[in-house]
Amino acid sequence: MSDPVLEIRGLRVDYGLGDAAVHAVRDVDLTLHRGEVLGLAGESGSGKSTLAYGLTRLLPPPGVVSGGQVIYHPADGPPVDVLTLSPAQLRQFRWAETSIVFQGAMNSLNPVHKVSTQLLDVIKAHEPKSTAAGRLARARDLLRLVGIAADRLDSYPHQLSGGMRQRVMIAMALALEPQLVIMDEPTTALDVVMQRQILGQLAELRDRLGFAVLFITHDLSLLVEFSDRIAIMYGGRIVEEAPAAQLYRRALHPYTEGLLHSFPALRGPRRELTGIPGSPPDLRAMPEGCAFHPRCPKAFDPCDKKVPALGAAEPDRAVACWLHPVAAPAPR
Amino acid sequence: MRFLLQRTAFYLFTAWAAITLNFFIPRLVPGDPVQSLISRNQGRISADAIESLRVLFGLDSNENIWEQYLDYWGQLLHGDLGLSFTFFPTPVSTVIGDSLPWTVGLVGITTIISFLLGTALGVGAGWRRGSWVDGLLPATTFLSSIPYFWLGLVAIAVFTGPGSFFPSSGGYEAGLVPAFDGYFIPSAIKHSVLPAATILVSSMSGWILSMRNMMVTVSSEDYITVAHAKGLSERRVALSYAARNALLPNVSGFALSLGFIVGGTLLVEIVFSYPGLGYQLFQAVGYKDYPLMQGIFLIITISVLVANLLADVAYLLLDPRTRKS
Repeated sequence: MSDPVLEIRGLRVDYGLGDAAVHAVRDVDLTLHRGEVLGLAGESGSGKSTLAYGLTRLLPPPGVVSGGQVIYHPADGPPVDVLTLSPAQLRQFRWAETSIVFQGAMNSLNPVHKVSTQLLDVIKAHEPKSTAAGRLARARDLLRLVGIAADRLDSYPHQLSGGMRQRVMIAMALALEPQLVIMDEPTTALDVVMQRQILGQLAELRDRLGFAVLFITHDLSLLVEFSDRIAIMYGGRIVEEAPAAQLYRRALHPYTEGLLHSFPALRGPRRELTGIPGSPPDLRAMPEGCAFHPRCPKAFDPCDKKVPALGAAEPDRAVACWLHPVAAPAPR
Repeated sequence: MRFLLQRTAFYLFTAWAAITLNFFIPRLVPGDPVQSLISRNQGRISADAIESLRVLFGLDSNENIWEQYLDYWGQLLHGDLGLSFTFFPTPVSTVIGDSLPWTVGLVGITTIISFLLGTALGVGAGWRRGSWVDGLLPATTFLSSIPYFWLGLVAIAVFTGPGSFFPSSGGYEAGLVPAFDGYFIPSAIKHSVLPAATILVSSMSGWILSMRNMMVTVSSEDYITVAHAKGLSERRVALSYAARNALLPNVSGFALSLGFIVGGTLLVEIVFSYPGLGYQLFQAVGYKDYPLMQGIFLIITISVLVANLLADVAYLLLDPRTRKS
């Protein structure tokens, strides 16, 4: 496996302070390798988006990162902890090293500025020495990259369709050739045809440009196809992490199994869709022990007493479940 | 462009309707100016005098109302608004022409300052919630909730009087002749400070409040988060992304308030005896000076319509979504 580009260590994100704080992300360890697509899946409220906002320090108040490290490895130079960057360093880090495509394709572009203004100002902010003509040429190339005619630069966002807007956002995310692109449900607001098209394009761009992707979605079926590895989040923790194909073939955690049985397979024998009974846990009153045990069909003795640690159950894959006890925590 | 023409046509139609109403309403009111003069003089006017008054006021003709209406338009297009009764025999257009610059100068400039200052403070308050600017809000809101005439009277009572720098009334020192020279201009400015300050104090909180609230609303939009994530400077995000979008409702509010400059200054000018249009209207009502009233109403109507048109144009320029390509 190639070297890591981003290492998240023990990241904790709270909403609020003190005793009233809601722990939305709890001790998350996650490593992204250069050029890989890591899928992050879970139900609504499992902390996926909060994790993404936390590691880029974009959390709106009252969200606070209360612990952990986010180590970023630039292409050249020593690794840096994103959480300790000064405001000026953070501004330089953003978009140039890690860009984000947000879930609201419709609202990610400022309605009163032309597409060109919004594409050019990010290049200008990070490369103040570039010439206006050079920036414009870059913007045209970027649009062509995502299959939009260059004359669309002069359009306003409301003159573009939802799919085009999201492709503009992807073009913008690639503007500074970042090492890592975080995608927070980038295709949720789009129809399935457009979803396919954009994901296909994205996979192609990734092969060509070699950036890593942290792909956040609640749609596990999408990840099985699109990502290299998948991490499953539940109640603010990572409960399972495995290569996509392995996870699809045989899930270790009962929650993952439940997610996999929530959508139909296109090929193979017919199987019953079971879904997961119950609803996601209330983050203010988490159950004792494993957060999933009240909904778990396989819960047994230790589940409601102690939190299982995420550990390597098999080579390459980790799980946090008492059904698969592990002696040592997963190597980082 | 087509949209602009449509709007212009619409406003021309509205102007026609307003002018027509302006013509008919006084004629539907019972009595006429001569009768009001007769009753004011309690029958001490001779029959000959009454007859000559009728001729003077143009009430002698046997034209039907339709012909009068056409005549009215003819005169209007020549800028002839008739003669004022109060300042007989000065033409109404001269009376209005003399007082309009005072109103526009005082209230116009204060409205612009109030808008700029209030909006700038609102941007600051909305962007950095909880800073000292937020503390300004209750104070300005309190000041704007005081009835304006009371604020004006208190200002006069506190700041003017014997030996004070501020004069209590008028637009310039008595005895000076209005001209652009070293005596008149400083005097006019000195006389306008107090009324301008009271208007500013009572009108600014509206701008601060609306701008702040729009800033707060816009700040939670996705494109603001994107702008932050893009690593743009704080200043650029605040001005080019947040304030630029939050400004839209305030701009249309501003254009509309320009329309009320002419009509809405009655209290200021009465309290400070300022020689503007509002004071003139007040006098015209007192003397049943129909031509002057009609003339002033006409100016008010037209300025409101022009302000509306300006608001449309401003919105067209600022918000691309309203443009029909």
